[in-house]
Amino acid sequence: MTLADTARVSDNPVRRPKQLFRNLSAKFASIPMILTALVVFVGGTAWTVAHSFTKSRLLPKWDFVGLDQYERLWNSNRWIISVENLLIYGVCSLVLTMVLGFTLAALLDRKIRFEGAFRTIFLYPFALSFIVTGLAWQWILNPDFGIQGVVRNMGWESFTFDPLNDPDIVIFGILIAGLWQGTGFVMVIMLAGLRGIDEDIWKAARVDGIGITKTYVRVIIPMMRPVFVTALVIIASGIIKLYDLVVAQTNGGPGIASEVPAKYVINYMFEAQNLAQGFAASTMMLLSVIIVLVPWAYLEFGGKKRG
Amino acid sequence: MVDATSPTAGRILEGPRGSKPKSRLSRRNIFLYGTLLLVSIYYLLPLYVMIVTSLKGMPEIRLGNIFAPPVEITFEPWVKAWAEACTGINCDGLSRGFGNSVKILIPSLILSISIASVNGYALANWRFKGSEVFFTILIIGAFIPYQTMLYPIVIILREIGLMGSLWGLVLVHTVFGMPILTLLFRNYFTSLPEELFKAARVDGAGFWGVYFRVMLPMSIPIFVVAMILQVTGIWNDFLFGVIYTKPETYPMTVQLNNIVNSVQGIKEYNVNMAATLLTGLVPLVIYFVSGKLFVRGIAAGAVKG
Repeated sequence: MTLADTARVSDNPVRRPKQLFRNLSAKFASIPMILTALVVFVGGTAWTVAHSFTKSRLLPKWDFVGLDQYERLWNSNRWIISVENLLIYGVCSLVLTMVLGFTLAALLDRKIRFEGAFRTIFLYPFALSFIVTGLAWQWILNPDFGIQGVVRNMGWESFTFDPLNDPDIVIFGILIAGLWQGTGFVMVIMLAGLRGIDEDIWKAARVDGIGITKTYVRVIIPMMRPVFVTALVIIASGIIKLYDLVVAQTNGGPGIASEVPAKYVINYMFEAQNLAQGFAASTMMLLSVIIVLVPWAYLEFGGKKRG
Repeated sequence: MVDATSPTAGRILEGPRGSKPKSRLSRRNIFLYGTLLLVSIYYLLPLYVMIVTSLKGMPEIRLGNIFAPPVEITFEPWVKAWAEACTGINCDGLSRGFGNSVKILIPSLILSISIASVNGYALANWRFKGSEVFFTILIIGAFIPYQTMLYPIVIILREIGLMGSLWGLVLVHTVFGMPILTLLFRNYFTSLPEELFKAARVDGAGFWGVYFRVMLPMSIPIFVVAMILQVTGIWNDFLFGVIYTKPETYPMTVQLNNIVNSVQGIKEYNVNMAATLLTGLVPLVIYFVSGKLFVRGIAAGAVKG
């Protein structure tokens, strides 16, 4: 979207006074887009950020209290746990989906038989909602009837695998479900990237006697940098939205052990009647997105524009 | 390794990327297919367990193994999940949520795709001053966490009297579907040959004339991709459904979560799994029917303009 192909920009390069009325249908047709961009995206976000400096409770009010809400936020045990959980989930999910997604794509790219069948199997969970995913895994990880119960029934009485009821590892129980749902998607992106690589590269590597693994690590992965970056950005922006999965699988429990920021925001805004606290938390979410995205956008688009 | 012993396996493995086929059951092949099969089990297991559980009676679930196939197949749980399961005081099953989801899905689909396709068309062929700026804001907006926009939308919906109604949710889906769909259509229309557009213009067609007579008939595939993207996206939505609707208008995902995670009564795992499968059925059918187009849809979403 950066390399503006100027070829199609209006028929007449000379600016005329009636600029506003030229191309009227197109402007009329773009009203929904303009409203969405300005009112909802820019306006809505600015409104929320502004109101995070107030002490709105049940209804939004303009009584400025500075950074009080943020102070309370970072003193809240629940918020700290939420952020920690998101960090653990985020890092693990980022690394594992990338590694597994790429490995699966590389395996499928080895000219194997039944590629279509395997791809269909790896991708189908992505079509399911997080609610369905969460409930399915909640059942499989059920301590009495799920994996733990089955193994115990087979005679290993002391076997323990109950992540959803153990505060220390509950986030990994959610991670298992998250990986199940999302890895196929990364695999598809990676596979598209691998297919875009010239066959000659492989021939050259073979002529030089470089092994397959070494070719992947030394040649292919560096060549696929843009694909990795795209995948990374998509996964990262998905991780921060983590909400439905937690609601379905554990609803934040046991206790508050699997709370996440998105859930904190929604609970404070719509259940605890503490709007400004929710606004402050959502502003922190926005801030973290900016911290992740701005360097990427700068590297990705900033350079090209000048070039 | 049934496949590796078939006569065609050797030929396929001889592709330029693979190493030379030393023997059909080479260590490499065993490793390759073994890994893929193992991973397939991890992916298929939840679906299998859900199906098996939903076909058992409760006594069998309590005594048996969740991985075991049902001894006595019963469709009772499916009937109960569809027509009798309770959320709060309503005991008319998931059918209500299904109906709501359909009522949300169809108008959202029509509205969001028509708006986004016209937007994309305007951005590709009828640029005006500032159009790229709005488009850039729209795309950046796709990365803003929804949480920062949730409450302002509540205010907007309340002002226009749509808070809690299905139409409010339709509007929300249209707004949040816009970035990705507009990008999809803009890129597609930009890729069409420019001569087409020019020829139609010379023939005297205006903005809408070109759109309906030239662009629309030529872009059926991209409309199908957009539809797949939106059907799965809207059907699977939970967040907007739970915030912008009331219990009577809850979409299927929200109702499902309320049924399964309700704290009252005895847990009926078979009914829960039948309900979960029912909710997942629509996107699953779309996925298995659309095949390559689904992949194209998510790839289009992934690849930036």
